[in-house]
Amino acid sequence: MIEVKLFAALRERAGRDSVTVSPPPSVTSVFQLLDWLAGQDAQLAAALAATPRLMIAVNEMLASEDASLAEGDVVALFPPVTGG
Amino acid sequence: MKTHIAVVASPLTPAAPWQWLHDAGLSGAQVQFCGQVRDEQGRVEALHLEHYPGMTEQVLRAILEQAELKWPLNGAWVVHRVGTMAVGEDIVQVAVSATHRHDAFQACAFIMDLLKTRAPFWKKELIGGRWHWVDARESDVEAAAAWLQAASAHEP
Repeated sequence: MIEVKLFAALRERAGRDSVTVSPPPSVTSVFQLLDWLAGQDAQLAAALAATPRLMIAVNEMLASEDASLAEGDVVALFPPVTGG
Repeated sequence: MKTHIAVVASPLTPAAPWQWLHDAGLSGAQVQFCGQVRDEQGRVEALHLEHYPGMTEQVLRAILEQAELKWPLNGAWVVHRVGTMAVGEDIVQVAVSATHRHDAFQACAFIMDLLKTRAPFWKKELIGGRWHWVDARESDVEAAAAWLQAASAHEP
């Protein structure tokens, strides 16, 4: 299982703050996870499409779409950060 | 280097970083940055900030570690507020102490520039009774990239 956390405008667009999914074994990267999620869930697909310059964290570390995934990982998806 | 990192939901105390960094003569310089809620010509009524608990602290810790590698610092303080705040209130405090002022000025700016583009905080503004997410600025991304390019330029 992989937990996907959503933050800020992306969370509001998706209508939830996290989803826990069990993607097929062929999903081994964040890019593949995003592609698979978009095919599973139309609302999430629309929310992701409406979020340009998506930022990604895997297990609380900033990551790119190329990052590899393993069982139990926590993936966070969010729009560009605006703190400070 | 001593460090203090916190994310808090209550108003910040302006004098707290100075008192915490004070080291009775070890440092010759303290530099403190304080970010505040702008009213944007009277349009903004309030600001709301959310963050990713756990990751935020980890990112801030990593930024301070990077700063320590680049400049000889004695102390670094980062406190960021979350929740709803009023116009003019403090959002973030970044403060550093060092033997010499140049290192303190540079490190403070570096920490702030990296925080703006890496720490998982998001702002909403209350305008005309409705909340609007604040867009990230390209100039912030460029400021952070400039530090990292300057660093790699020194490498062989």
